[in-house]
Amino acid sequence: MDLHFTSAEPTPQERAAIDGFLSRLPAGGPRRQYLLPALHVVQTSAGWISEGALNHLCRGLGVPPAEAFGVADFYALLSTREQPRAIAHVCDDIGCMPKGAESLCNAMEATLGPAGSTGGGPSAWQRSPCLGMCERAPAALVVVAGENPSEQAIGPATAAVVLGALAGDAPPEPGVAASLPQAGAAGLRLLARAGSIDPTSIGAYESAGGFTALRRALEMGAEAIFSEVTSARLVGRGGAAFPTGVKWAAVRREPAPRYLICNADESEPGTFKDRVLMEGDPFALVESMVIAGFATGCERGYVYIRGEYPLAATRLENAMARCRERGLLGDDIAGSGFSFDVELRRGAGAYICGEETALMNSIEGFRGEPRNKPPFPTQVGLFGRPTVINNVETLVNVPLVLTMGAEAFASIGTERSTGPKLFCVSGQVARPGVYEADFGITLREMIELAGGLAGSGKLQAVLLGGAAGAFVGPDDLDVPLTFEGTRAIGATLGSAVIMPFDDGAYLPAVLRRIAEFFRDESCGQCVPCRVGTVRQEELLQRLASNDVHGSREDEVALLAEIGRVMRDASICGLGHTASSAIESALARLPLPEEPK
Amino acid sequence: MSDNLKAPDPLVPVPQGPVPVLPTGSRKSVEITIDGATVAVPEGATLLEAGRMQGIDTPTLCFLENLTPVNVCRICVVELEGSRTLVPACSRKVEAGMVIHTDSERVRHSRRLVLELLASSVDVSTAPQFQDYMSRYEAEPSRFGPPGPPAAAGERDSARPGHHHAPDGSTASRVAQPVKIDNELYVRDYSKCILCYKCVEACGVDAQNTFAIAVAGRGFGARIATEYDVTLPDSACVYCGNCIGVCPTGALMFKSEHDMRAAGTWDESAQSQTDTICPYCGVGCTLTVHAQHDLIVKVTSPLDQDVANGHLCIKGRFGWEWVNQDKDRD
Repeated sequence: MDLHFTSAEPTPQERAAIDGFLSRLPAGGPRRQYLLPALHVVQTSAGWISEGALNHLCRGLGVPPAEAFGVADFYALLSTREQPRAIAHVCDDIGCMPKGAESLCNAMEATLGPAGSTGGGPSAWQRSPCLGMCERAPAALVVVAGENPSEQAIGPATAAVVLGALAGDAPPEPGVAASLPQAGAAGLRLLARAGSIDPTSIGAYESAGGFTALRRALEMGAEAIFSEVTSARLVGRGGAAFPTGVKWAAVRREPAPRYLICNADESEPGTFKDRVLMEGDPFALVESMVIAGFATGCERGYVYIRGEYPLAATRLENAMARCRERGLLGDDIAGSGFSFDVELRRGAGAYICGEETALMNSIEGFRGEPRNKPPFPTQVGLFGRPTVINNVETLVNVPLVLTMGAEAFASIGTERSTGPKLFCVSGQVARPGVYEADFGITLREMIELAGGLAGSGKLQAVLLGGAAGAFVGPDDLDVPLTFEGTRAIGATLGSAVIMPFDDGAYLPAVLRRIAEFFRDESCGQCVPCRVGTVRQEELLQRLASNDVHGSREDEVALLAEIGRVMRDASICGLGHTASSAIESALARLPLPEEPK
Repeated sequence: MSDNLKAPDPLVPVPQGPVPVLPTGSRKSVEITIDGATVAVPEGATLLEAGRMQGIDTPTLCFLENLTPVNVCRICVVELEGSRTLVPACSRKVEAGMVIHTDSERVRHSRRLVLELLASSVDVSTAPQFQDYMSRYEAEPSRFGPPGPPAAAGERDSARPGHHHAPDGSTASRVAQPVKIDNELYVRDYSKCILCYKCVEACGVDAQNTFAIAVAGRGFGARIATEYDVTLPDSACVYCGNCIGVCPTGALMFKSEHDMRAAGTWDESAQSQTDTICPYCGVGCTLTVHAQHDLIVKVTSPLDQDVANGHLCIKGRFGWEWVNQDKDRD
């Protein structure tokens, strides 16, 4: 490809960082897929991606600079404009909002100036969508670039701690047990180890029952694993509840090479279960991926983890390295003749990359724009090849199916929602965290399990399933938490977000934040979502300020029309559900008008 | 002889983009039901093609016969029975037994809303086809409120992905911004850009393989840009003008046309269109010369011409100024 470059050159530091990265790449083969990792390298080393640095990495990867710029400019954690080296991303999303996010933002502004300003000092701060640390709200992520780069997730965050971290004084990590109120309790299956064992030790994992399922799997053979997972009636835990066996069967039918992707890009506001699993039991995910790769005949696996999860990424990298040392990942796994390796890819701040085809584009070095379906990833997926893509929690259920047997697994929960389930409980509850329960537990029981309501103790609404889910009211507390049970009341289990709001919460502000979220996170590709999310936000502003065009009824009808076109005509699930929670709130809850 | 014609000369660059292929008689056909009529259509055809065979006029904005369908504008959506959502006719292939409705209330609603969302945020004044669609679907973009203020030069180019200033909702946000004029051949008026991706495709693998422009930004901040928004003369642009050729809204425009419009002298009713063969090289691309009062005002190329499929180079597209100079001398 005959590429054209501007005259901008990298600094010596940028050049050294890029050359170092390029020298570690495998020889030959298409290099475009290394674009996002290369952009991460520059961002980490310089704190932003300069024109000279972009030119240099584009020369090395053979990517046109206009396209690379379009990719860099897609991600919120990358900056194509010069900025201070230390940046605090402060969550002001719905989970942190009732937990003091706004006063934290005010304190940041008092010290560092307005959000996003780059006043020339060594550090700056920005507002951020949900950081996936809702159980430790309010949350912040501090990223420091340079020779000694660091990334630190902080929660609960105070301005003093965040400012300290910006200056290089990182607070101690509280330990994952703090996010797992049930840690160590008897009877846990998915959370049997997390919070109880050293997540960096392969020995500890093995002593706690790790790799039993893998050894069993290698003996059983691919066909038998596939049939167990199918008869266990395991369905996807990422939000869409698609039967895992059906997905696997579709890929098994297709010719090799095939790929396995673990979707660890959970970014749905209120969702943090996969992060806690990866931080607390990272070996379990590696073991699960090897089993899934074996069962589906995949030759390589990828974990795509959201960029806001530095600790989970470190833990996974460590787990993968230890497994390779022990011959449990890589060539000829445990002497079985089966070879399979996993590569970890980090996102860079884009909710849309949790959409499976956007995720594949992101890995391939393109903008995280969802692809048109059909063809589905099972036929045309990563690098155009048949691809299995499963969520973290889905995969971690696979060893469980093998050790307990499909029949026993399917006897947990209900007929249509089988197995144990993780729930992300945050907001106004006494003990927020990740909880494991059998499908079928009611919403009321789940809130009680989390210590009951906090705040005023008087429930106003519960957000079920995340920002793409639905609000339910105090009358809906007896809904069984199953896919079919939530559907029956017009809600969804989604990513198992349970976020109660007490009567002190001002819901119109929560709805506006949700609208703002979808506007910010729309990839911008299709018209209904790109412009619809803007019109939805504008309209909610008018409703809240009571400065309506026509009557309130006209506005509510127009909002429904915007929701309808996004649901009917958008390309992907983001647009399809961008109005769900908002419309559910308007339909079910008595919303106050903003005080004038 | 015919064998020789089939063997591609390795020295001749083979276009990577899709070349439209006419359905041949030997293709298998599948039966689908479209607006109540059961019809046989060639296997591999799109719903758009199937509809056209039945004389159904499906609106399109981001679709063009000589480019890969990107199905982003969603104006062509149709209802497929059994599908939770509407499907894009431009890229969805026919499958036996499909039951399609191309003009149901649901379809008309989505098309109307797509037009309203676009027309409330983009200047569609130089997109005549758009106006036709607006009346066909009774679109009222003003439902979203009066138009919001334009952005300052460079403001949209420097927006951070994932962040925006909270609106008060009193006006409808727009992409309005000053025209980018940085060369003598064409202008970029992104106030008129509906983000159909056509120019990016034409600049990339579908025609030119130059990659001077790409989509940057995200969400409502998504935009067509060079790297770091450098000017076209600093970019990889080779001024083939194929991006202008595919632009459906006049966002990309010959500078000659832009200047005449600004001066109020652009008059399409007084223009003639004459097809000729480009005089510059031996490829033999067809040029459509647009002349007003005996002066050439722009050059296009027909899509259905199989030498270049509507694409040209800088010489064919822009190398006619000297003709007008001769006329001026007369």
